[in-house]
Amino acid sequence: MAVEVRKLQTTVEEVFHEGGPPPAAPLLVGAVAAVIANPFAGRYVETLQPFMEELKPFGLELSQCLIAALGGDARRISGFGKAAIVGGAGELEHGALWHVPGGYAMRELLGDAKAIVPSAKKVGGPGARVDVPITHINASYVRGHFNALEVGVPGAPQADELVLILAMTTGGRIHDRMGGLRAEDITGEDGLR
Amino acid sequence: MRAKIRKIVVIVEDTMEEMGREISPPTRRAAALAVIANPFADRYQENLEGLMQIGEELGELLGDKAVAALDVDPSVIESYGKAAIVGEGGELEHAAAILHPRMGKPLRQAVQKGAALVPSSKKMGGIGTAIDVPLGHKDAAYVRSHFDGMEVRVPDAPRRGEIVVAIAVTDSGRPLPRVGGLTTAEVKGEDGLR
Repeated sequence: MAVEVRKLQTTVEEVFHEGGPPPAAPLLVGAVAAVIANPFAGRYVETLQPFMEELKPFGLELSQCLIAALGGDARRISGFGKAAIVGGAGELEHGALWHVPGGYAMRELLGDAKAIVPSAKKVGGPGARVDVPITHINASYVRGHFNALEVGVPGAPQADELVLILAMTTGGRIHDRMGGLRAEDITGEDGLR
Repeated sequence: MRAKIRKIVVIVEDTMEEMGREISPPTRRAAALAVIANPFADRYQENLEGLMQIGEELGELLGDKAVAALDVDPSVIESYGKAAIVGEGGELEHAAAILHPRMGKPLRQAVQKGAALVPSSKKMGGIGTAIDVPLGHKDAAYVRSHFDGMEVRVPDAPRRGEIVVAIAVTDSGRPLPRVGGLTTAEVKGEDGLR
């Protein structure tokens, strides 16, 4: 059950400001979305997990692709998130296949990142969009990094497809000033603080 | 007048398969979008020279960004298109001022040559509005395999006083073209049409 890719879309936002003082370097917010065939479309399949194994190397490939799109230096990445959109002939549970391959791939390539990768999933038609939640890669409670990125691929997912998404950022919100745990104050041991 | 840019978004799309058939090499296209302040929001401005200057600036900036995103030699670019979405405090004519008088020249430099008209579209829109950037062959507008469109949007723009400006380029036509017409092999590229 190989991963059959129809389309790849990478998006990179360079954010200079949002009405406030521009930071020294623009914030980069990137996402990669892969449109793949859903091998379980059209019927109920009890055993899904073998496909998760197939997705693991693919998760690493997509993570590398996204790091490259953000300039190639994994040390600059401090926020991440993931999401899946399941086409109409699939089941929400198929989107859950992406948790392990997407999450562990990013954590591995971002220097053994400690935090859980936040996620969202939905069933949707062609052109459906999803808000990918984003948090700090080493400490989920960093308030300035609580964010989200809207992602979608025009024309996908078709009924028998999945859109698998990874997102990364080089920082928190552009004019973060809501206090809470700051990135420079984390201990980075338990993935939370 | 220079553009006040809040954000630049670059989107790259690779198509590996269509209707179950492998596309080899994949068809590739890229769009570069700038979210800029509309200097003439919420008032009627007769002379739009400032926006024409911004069009020239963005033709170079976004043209170069889109070509760079495909990571190919500029001569490899096959088709192009442009579009703008004006936030509700502006006027449709503001999009025309950016797109039509001066954007073409620097864009054609970015893609090397470009004898053909750059296809365009424009609209007024709220935050998150999508626009289909029309695509046509850069040297011969009648190349049928390259008639296409790329849907783009910026989720948080345009705000009322902003304009989203987009340029799209490709290194290929549609994934499985088979409706005949002028082909790339037949292009003379002199009059911009054939």
